[in-house]
Amino acid sequence: MTDFLQLDTVTVQFGALKAVDSVSIRVREGERRAIIGPNGAGKTTLFNAITGVVSATSGRILFKGEDVTRAPVHERAKRGMSRTFQITNLFPNLTVSENMRLALRGLSPRKFSLFGSSDLSAEEAARADGALEISRLHSRRETVVKEMSYGEQRQLEMAMALVAQPKLLLLDEPAAGLSPAERVIVSDIIRALPRDLTLVLIEHDMDLVLSLVDYVTVLNNGKLLVEAPPSEIRVNKDVQDVYLGKARHDA
Amino acid sequence: MTPAPTPAAAGKPSFMPRLGLAAVILGTLFFAIAPLLVPTYQISILTEVLIYAVLAMSVDILAGYTGRTPLCLGAVFGVSTYVTVYWTSTMGGSPYTGMMLGILAATLVAAIFAILAIRTTGVYFLLLTLALGMIIWGICLRWTSVTGGENGLRGAVRPAELAAHMPFYYVVFVAVAIITFIMWRFVRSPFGLTLRGIRDSDSRMRSLGYNVSLHMFIAFTVAGVFAGVAGALYAMFNDFVSPSTVALTQSVEGLLMAITGGVGTLFGSFIGALAIIGLENAVSIYTERWQTVLGLVFIFIMIFAPDGILGGIKTLLARKRG
Repeated sequence: MTDFLQLDTVTVQFGALKAVDSVSIRVREGERRAIIGPNGAGKTTLFNAITGVVSATSGRILFKGEDVTRAPVHERAKRGMSRTFQITNLFPNLTVSENMRLALRGLSPRKFSLFGSSDLSAEEAARADGALEISRLHSRRETVVKEMSYGEQRQLEMAMALVAQPKLLLLDEPAAGLSPAERVIVSDIIRALPRDLTLVLIEHDMDLVLSLVDYVTVLNNGKLLVEAPPSEIRVNKDVQDVYLGKARHDA
Repeated sequence: MTPAPTPAAAGKPSFMPRLGLAAVILGTLFFAIAPLLVPTYQISILTEVLIYAVLAMSVDILAGYTGRTPLCLGAVFGVSTYVTVYWTSTMGGSPYTGMMLGILAATLVAAIFAILAIRTTGVYFLLLTLALGMIIWGICLRWTSVTGGENGLRGAVRPAELAAHMPFYYVVFVAVAIITFIMWRFVRSPFGLTLRGIRDSDSRMRSLGYNVSLHMFIAFTVAGVFAGVAGALYAMFNDFVSPSTVALTQSVEGLLMAITGGVGTLFGSFIGALAIIGLENAVSIYTERWQTVLGLVFIFIMIFAPDGILGGIKTLLARKRG
């Protein structure tokens, strides 16, 4: 497997604060990687730098071997990056079906059709149905998003990310704010994702995240603390110190 | 987590479009029959209503569908009127060529405005478009050798065969019907859906692969084309243009019509134009303070029907359907 996503000493600085500090990560094609760390560790900022929502102050980001450090968000999406957001970021006044149409056509020239029909083609409909099926929203197509529960909105985030048939899927805390039952559904959805899809995941629920991924990157205060498989992360003293507090752990 | 849809929700998609279609047919019938039932002067008012409805619909493309409220489309409308009148009066050209040139000029101005305004949102977009509109007004007021300054320009736009109110009304009626159909197709198209996406979340649109700036540019320019069409029709209607045609009040009036009818409804612009122009003419018969009355009516609508008349009706119907 080759390096699919490569971060070389990426730093993101806001004024005097280094939210991400010289982080280097290599993710192989088809790998499932978790990025964990306590609140304020710089996980979401790192996601934002990878997807182009914020610019890296220094360092390089390579995707499929190409330098995308200065590419705008929509260019990175065109190259195959898709993401979900920590705070649900959908189109609340549109229906599930319309949200899916927007996700489908982001990379299609049909989005520039000024007077054509907005209906889905057979191929588009099959893709939308497939993603809604995986995300268990197939019966909610005509529901306006703002009328859906928070859990359903998280599922729709996943469906929209999937329908674009990305090469790299970045999930930012997909289980945040969900009930235990809803977490099970979300973890089932992630498990059902195609194995050739490269996945990078931020999540606080350790049991959930360690059961889903091949490799884990731990951040603390914007810096890379450790990278290891889940089995090693579970017993790593530095990780326990970061999550539980050094003094408490020693006690 | 994924409850089955309620019967009411399942029934909505088929019910609302049918009702919408019935309302469109009724509206079309109203504008087709009304001139046969009213005095000549009121045919002229109805003609003005149709023309301003196109301006209000162009405002709605940006304010209602894209979530950016423009205060310059009145100026774009006026540029088209100026060019059309200038071409027929000063250049002695054909009115139809003049109208085409007017629409072209309006499109060009809108494209330039778009380049300057598309990266702003909210109050910044509002103020920037206001400033751009004011520049046009300033040029029309001060470039006396071309625009006639405060005196304006008297044209020869309307052909002799359309000199009477009735035939001219029906020509405008047919033209506006075609334009409205085109605009309806536009807002219902895949591109129209991207505009509604930008209105709800431009950051999400970017992450899905959309070049939001490019989409905004196209939307702004298309809105300018339609404002230009309205301006060219207005040149034929009024045969006169002055700085008041490109003034801020023109843009505000277009916006008020869109809001009164209901932003994001497109057809609400006809209700808004009819309400505002109708009130202007009706109230001004009884009092010189008709603008105060109009202001009060607008406040009343904002409080009791913030989604506009058509928007309010839609909300009410949706609520009744459960």
